[in-house]
Amino acid sequence: MRRDILILLLIGVTSWACRAARADDEIVIGEFGSLTGGTATFGTSTDEGLRLALDEINSSGGVLGKQIRVVVEDDQSKPEAAVTAVQKLISEDHVIAVIGEVASSRSLAAAPVCQRSHIPMLSPSSTNPKVTAVGNFIFRACFIDPFQGAAMANFAMKDDKGPKATRFAILYDVKNDYSVGLRQFFTQTVKANGGLIVADESYGEGDIDFKAQLTNIERAAPDAIYVPGYYTEVGLICRQARDLGMGIPLMGGDGWDSDKTFQIGRDAVNGCFFTNHYSPDEDTPRVKDFVAHYRAKYANKTPDAMAILGYDAMGMLADAIKRAGSTDGRLIRDALAHTKGYPGASGNITMDARRNAQKPIVILKIENDHAHFVATVQPDAAGSAK
Amino acid sequence: MPQFQQFVQQLINGLSIGAIYALIAVGYTMVYGVLRLINFAHGDVYMVGAMTGFYASTRWFHLQQPTWAGFFLVLVCSMLVCGTLGYFIELLAYRPLRNQPRIVSLITAIAVSMLLEFGGQAKWMFGPDPKPFPDLIPGVEAHPDLVHMGQLVIGKVDAMIFLIALVMMFALRYVVRETKMGLALRAVSYRFDTAALMGVNVNRVISFTFVLGSVLAAVAGVLVGLRSPKVDPLMGLLPGLKAFIAAVLGGIGDIRGALAGGFLLGITEAMVVSYFPKGSEYRDGVAFLVLIAILVVKPSGLFGRAVQEKV
Repeated sequence: MRRDILILLLIGVTSWACRAARADDEIVIGEFGSLTGGTATFGTSTDEGLRLALDEINSSGGVLGKQIRVVVEDDQSKPEAAVTAVQKLISEDHVIAVIGEVASSRSLAAAPVCQRSHIPMLSPSSTNPKVTAVGNFIFRACFIDPFQGAAMANFAMKDDKGPKATRFAILYDVKNDYSVGLRQFFTQTVKANGGLIVADESYGEGDIDFKAQLTNIERAAPDAIYVPGYYTEVGLICRQARDLGMGIPLMGGDGWDSDKTFQIGRDAVNGCFFTNHYSPDEDTPRVKDFVAHYRAKYANKTPDAMAILGYDAMGMLADAIKRAGSTDGRLIRDALAHTKGYPGASGNITMDARRNAQKPIVILKIENDHAHFVATVQPDAAGSAK
Repeated sequence: MPQFQQFVQQLINGLSIGAIYALIAVGYTMVYGVLRLINFAHGDVYMVGAMTGFYASTRWFHLQQPTWAGFFLVLVCSMLVCGTLGYFIELLAYRPLRNQPRIVSLITAIAVSMLLEFGGQAKWMFGPDPKPFPDLIPGVEAHPDLVHMGQLVIGKVDAMIFLIALVMMFALRYVVRETKMGLALRAVSYRFDTAALMGVNVNRVISFTFVLGSVLAAVAGVLVGLRSPKVDPLMGLLPGLKAFIAAVLGGIGDIRGALAGGFLLGITEAMVVSYFPKGSEYRDGVAFLVLIAILVVKPSGLFGRAVQEKV
C-alpha cells in the first residue's frame, strides 16, 4: 500500500517535471487529419508535407529559440472524431495552434471548438467557403470553392485548350460539403456564361455503382460531366462512364488529386480535367526544391497537392508565430491575419479579409496516366472568389 | 437514348448490382437460418475476400497478364482465406456465447465487424487507402462489352457476376436439399438440441455453415473487385447492410429469398434513380421505403413462411 502511494507520487512528480520542462524549450502545435478511413491519403499526404516543413524549421533553429513539436491526432475520416481530436489537442496537449483538415466537412466540425477556445486553426486545404466563416480564429492556406468552380466552368466553356462545352452534366457527392459547394459555384458560372446544366445527379461516399446515374446522364447528352468528388470515387465513376460508352471528358476539383485516381481509373481518366493547387511539373524553383526534398524524404514519392499545402501550412504558421513573437493564441491569430506575400512552395500567400489565402489555381489535363499542366488562373481573373 | 432503352439499361444496371447483394445476402441468410444470429461481420468477410484477391494477384503471385488460370488461383486463395476466417470467427467469437441470450451474440457480431474494419486499416494489415484491383479476366481490358446495341451496354464482368450468382445459388440449394450435410444443416436449423440428441454433430454443422457463407462472400468480394476495381477496408459496410436488407426482404433464412431480395433491391435502386425526381439523392431512402412497404404487407419476406414461436 505504502509502495503504491510512493509510486503514484513519483509518477506525479515526474509528469509535472516533464510538463514544466516541455513548456520551457518547445512549442507544441496540434494536427488533426484523416490518417485512416475513407480518405486516408489526404491525411497522410498532409502529414508528410507538414513533417518535411517541420524538419526544415527545427533544423534551422526552430522559432522564438524553441523547437516545434507537432502532436497528431487521427480523425479516421469522420467529422465526429475530428471534434474529439481537436478537443483532446487543446485540453490535454495544450497546443497553441491547430493545423487541419483537408475535408471541409471535418474542418467545419472542428472549427467551432478552436474558435471557442481562441486557438488559431489553419486548414491546409479545405476549400468550402463556410469553413473560415465559423470565426476569426479560423484560417486556410488554399483558395476557396467559388474560385475553383468558376475557374473550371470558364475553362471548360471558353478556353481553347478545354472541351469548349456548353451542355454540362453534374454528378456530385450529396453528403459532402465540398462537393455540394463546388456544384453550386460551377452551376452559377455555367449559367452566367449562357451554358446549360442538362443533368444533375448525386451519389454517396463509399458507393461503388454509379451506372444508374450515368445512364440518366447519357440520356441527357451533355458535352462534359462535372464530378466534384474525392479520389475515392472518381476513378470508378470515370471507368463506369466509359463502360457505358461515353467518351466525353469528366472534370473535377482538387479532390481528384491522388495517385489512386490514376490507379483505379486507368485508361478511363485520360482526357479528363481537374483544378488543383499546384502541379509537380511547374517550372518554378520553389516547386522544384519542394518536390526534390519530398522525394528524398519519402522514397521517391511524388508529392500531391495535399502534401504541398501541408508543407505551406506549417511554414505559414511558424512564420506567424515568429512575427507574433509569442505563443499567445490571440497574437498568433493577428499575425496570421496579416500574412502578406508569404513565399510558400505552392505560390505567394496573402490572407484576405475573410481569412482565405489568395492564390492562383492550376488546371490539369490527364493524359497517359499523368496529370499535365494546362493553364494557370489568377485569383482576380475568375471573379475573385466573391 | 430512347425511353425504352433507358429502362432496359437500368434493369441491367439493377441486376448487376443486385447479383452482388444476392451473393452477400446468402451468407446472412444461412447463418440466420441455422443459428438465428445476424452475423454483422459478414460484410467485412466480403471485404477480406476482396483484399485477399488484391494481395494474391499483385503481391503473392505477381500476375502480369489476365488469364483464366490466374483468376481461378486468386479466387481459390480468397475462398480459402475467408473460409478459414469464417471458421475462426464462429469458433472464437460466437461458439462460447451460443447459450447466452441472443443479444449477446449480436453485440459480439458488431464487435467482430469493427475489429475487421478498423484492424484492416492498420498499416501492417491492409492500410486505410483504397487499392486498385487488377484485371484478371482475359479480354476484358480490350473489349469490356458482351453486348453493345446502340447505347445499350452489357459488360462481360456484369454478365459473369450474374451467372455466377445463379450457379452458386443452385449449387447451394443442392447442398442444402440433397446432401447428408444439408440434411444435418436443416435438422440443426429446425431444432438444434433435438438434432444433437439424434447424433448430429452440431458444432461441425455450424462451422460448416459459417465456412460456406464466408466462401460465398469471398467470391462476391473478388467479383466486385473485378467490376468496381477499388477495394478498401470499409468497403463491406454499405453492401453488407444492403445485403442484410435483401435477405430480410426475401425472407431471412431462405436461400431463394436471398437471391430474389438481392435482385429486387438492385432493380429498385436503379429505377428510383431513373424515375424519381432527384432520385439519385434519395436512392437509398426511397429504396428502403419500398422494402418497408413490402415487409408491412408480408412481414416474413417474399419467400419466408410465418413460423409460430414455440412457447
